Amino acid sequence: MVPLGGQQTGNAMGQFILKRIGTMLLTALCLTFVVFFLTNLFPNLEKLAKTQGNARMTDAEVLRWLDNNGFGDPMLLRYGQWLGVAPGWIIKDEESGEIIGRCIDFGMDPADAPRFCGLLQGDWGYSTVSDDEVTNIVWGRLLLTGKLMGWVLIVMVPSALIIGVLAGMREGSRMDRSLSTASIATTATPEYVSGVIFIVLLASSTAGISPWLAANGWFEGRTLFLGSARSAMDDITFWNFTLPVMTLALYGMGYIARMTRASMAEVMTAQYIRTARLKGVSFRNIVLKHALRNALIAPFTVIMLQIPWLLTGVVIVETLFNYNGFGWTLVQAASNNDIELLMAVSIVAVVVVLTTQMISDIGYVYLNPRIRIS
Amino acid sequence: MDPMSWTGTLGPILNPLIVASIAVFFLAFLTQAVMIFAGMRPGEVVITPDQNHGISIPRSPVDYTLMAMKYAILVFLACIVLFFIAGVFQSDLTDQGVVGAVGARFLPVWIALIITFTVSIRFKRVLGLYGKLFDSPIGMVGFFLVMFWVFTAIFAGLVATHGPIDVISQMRNEVPGAFIPNSNEGDFPAYLLGGDNLGRDVFSRMVHGAREVLQIAPAATLFAFMIGITLGLPAGYFGGKMDTVITFIANLVLAFPVILLFYLLVTPEIVLAGVPQYMSMVLFIFPIIFFVVLFNSRYHTQPTKRAILLAVVLVTGALCYFSLISDRGDSDSPLRFWPEVLDIFDIPGNLLIVFVSVVFVNSPTVFRIVRGIVLDIKTRDYVAAGQTRGEGPWYIMLWEILPNARGPLIVDFCLRIGYTTILLGTLGFFGLGVDPESANWGSTINEGRRLLTIYPHPPLAPALALMTLVLGLNLLADGLREESLKD
Repeated sequence: MVPLGGQQTGNAMGQFILKRIGTMLLTALCLTFVVFFLTNLFPNLEKLAKTQGNARMTDAEVLRWLDNNGFGDPMLLRYGQWLGVAPGWIIKDEESGEIIGRCIDFGMDPADAPRFCGLLQGDWGYSTVSDDEVTNIVWGRLLLTGKLMGWVLIVMVPSALIIGVLAGMREGSRMDRSLSTASIATTATPEYVSGVIFIVLLASSTAGISPWLAANGWFEGRTLFLGSARSAMDDITFWNFTLPVMTLALYGMGYIARMTRASMAEVMTAQYIRTARLKGVSFRNIVLKHALRNALIAPFTVIMLQIPWLLTGVVIVETLFNYNGFGWTLVQAASNNDIELLMAVSIVAVVVVLTTQMISDIGYVYLNPRIRIS
Repeated sequence: MDPMSWTGTLGPILNPLIVASIAVFFLAFLTQAVMIFAGMRPGEVVITPDQNHGISIPRSPVDYTLMAMKYAILVFLACIVLFFIAGVFQSDLTDQGVVGAVGARFLPVWIALIITFTVSIRFKRVLGLYGKLFDSPIGMVGFFLVMFWVFTAIFAGLVATHGPIDVISQMRNEVPGAFIPNSNEGDFPAYLLGGDNLGRDVFSRMVHGAREVLQIAPAATLFAFMIGITLGLPAGYFGGKMDTVITFIANLVLAFPVILLFYLLVTPEIVLAGVPQYMSMVLFIFPIIFFVVLFNSRYHTQPTKRAILLAVVLVTGALCYFSLISDRGDSDSPLRFWPEVLDIFDIPGNLLIVFVSVVFVNSPTVFRIVRGIVLDIKTRDYVAAGQTRGEGPWYIMLWEILPNARGPLIVDFCLRIGYTTILLGTLGFFGLGVDPESANWGSTINEGRRLLTIYPHPPLAPALALMTLVLGLNLLADGLREESLKD
């Protein structure tokens, strides 16, 4: 995975990081172009014209509307405008003589408008469906999803590591087998399945254990947990946020636990562990002081790579639990043909994926002394 | 009429047993955990010097709790099996109860499973890796779950009580075991697992859903593997510029959040623009390339045989390829040049799109796995020997390296079918690409989740079905991995 070998100097590390950043930028550029291309295909634009203009426009009217709103330029040029490396379009209306343009806000004097306005200038566009600047929408939603992800990581990472270490410290033992089977079971349960099961078991007033517990008078209220996280957007409580966090954490947990187990099992067969055992170090000390640190290097990269993987889960969980975060926005933007919002969401998603990949690569090199000091 | 009970006539006898077994299991589990935490160990082998240096394993309290857990599980399973057996022999639905009646409906599946397992275990020593699977308990459980759903898909017509889209409006949101008011003579008189919000039978939809899922998932995985292998072998073997380019493209696809990709590929506007059709044109050509190269490299020293094989592959391949990508009914399709006479079969547009997007998402991962294995294997001596003998690079890749890479590939194949099933469910969950009427598990879960807290049964059945199938595939892969490592 990491193309490093031979003389390892600080300079080589710098080059490695630079090369990785270069690849990352190229990847981001390609991906955003693909998204731009797919969201700006003619049928999408036709739909946009009809929703923005008039639903009963003729084909010629649609074309005229598109030309008047700057969609007439070639795809690559418009991508450049969106990115902010090509000057924004300016169109003068034949009849009224009014000048409109990509960079000219409503009521602004065309002479004052900047030449470039795109992603690089911080202008992310305008959401046609929610009638708001895309930047306003995206940051608010990201904050909500950030809270969700934060709690998920707090729950998921320690428990996955503990399960993995416990399973891997005695490979083949009964504890190992039962914990491994349990982690397989969690990876086999996608969020839309575990979410449904959790809601039925814990958040339904007619089924599961809530009615039984309520009949015994063991808790206040109608259900043990809330099956919708809508109220968690203002105020996170144990009651309304447990189920979404649990659903997401469970699916990701199994994979990290299995990686930790594999890594731990490998470390436990190493020579230095055997030496320590023969010296008479107690098992507890071997695990905690000798094995643990080396065994946690590999899971680190897995945890970082797990974050983009959780992205799909976030979309599912936010839809299932009605939590209007980033994933929910993605679904709304994609199904409502809200082109600029969808572009912004994709950018953020792609950047998250690529950054975590890079951190995981670089972190692996930094954490692993065998690669660092070779 | 009152709905039938869950457990029928056997209920009063077996229900207490089931409850007791569950209680014993949890109590034993807790005691065991506490005892382990307090430092007690299961009994270990002790050499007894006074009794002729014999060996004995004294039982510690931990062992007794573990035994209790084991027997509790066995009792639980025995009760369920008894319900099923009783269900098969009882004829009246009220006597059978829901559990018994469901067990009785699955009778063809049970018979097929029993035959498969008896034959396989009897001949396990001559069946290679497949036979070794039956040495691993985990692998056997996995195989059981997978084959259960495979046979359910095969016998779906026999197992299901109603059609997947038959609507009986009085049965809307009815509880499991509800009887159909004034049902016709000859029709099945009840909805075994209740009705959904439109009045369709949850049980039958679950059974037919198995067919929908198992029609797509393995085939899509197979295509993804052929694409991944066709590209991964040369990328790993030759390296160089081509490797860099393909790896970059694969990383591009992998960096795409799956769900975004689905939304971009499956939305109606993009389908209208023909993007999936063009993608299928590119993707489906890889299997043909794969087989052509496979036979060409093997038989290029025997020109007649090669000519015959290549002709067969090319003709059938081309026929299937063009029938697949051209659609008779669709006049807007970009591929109208293929004559209708030769268009043997049509895949409904929706299905093709789902298929293409799932293959597209899976193939880069397969590519990376294959490339990694090839990079490892190509340094082996037998590859060098092949090169010295003057074997062509494609022969070495396909007939020397690929067979030696089969172990990890088979394991990954099982895992990937499970992952594909999850992806299909995700597509259904967002209502993407699939027919809203379809019995697909994902879309059934999606429909049911709106009224989930009031009527929990409609989405629960497909959710558990999907979970057991994917769990089965994962356990199967785990068992296969374990057994193939023993060699």
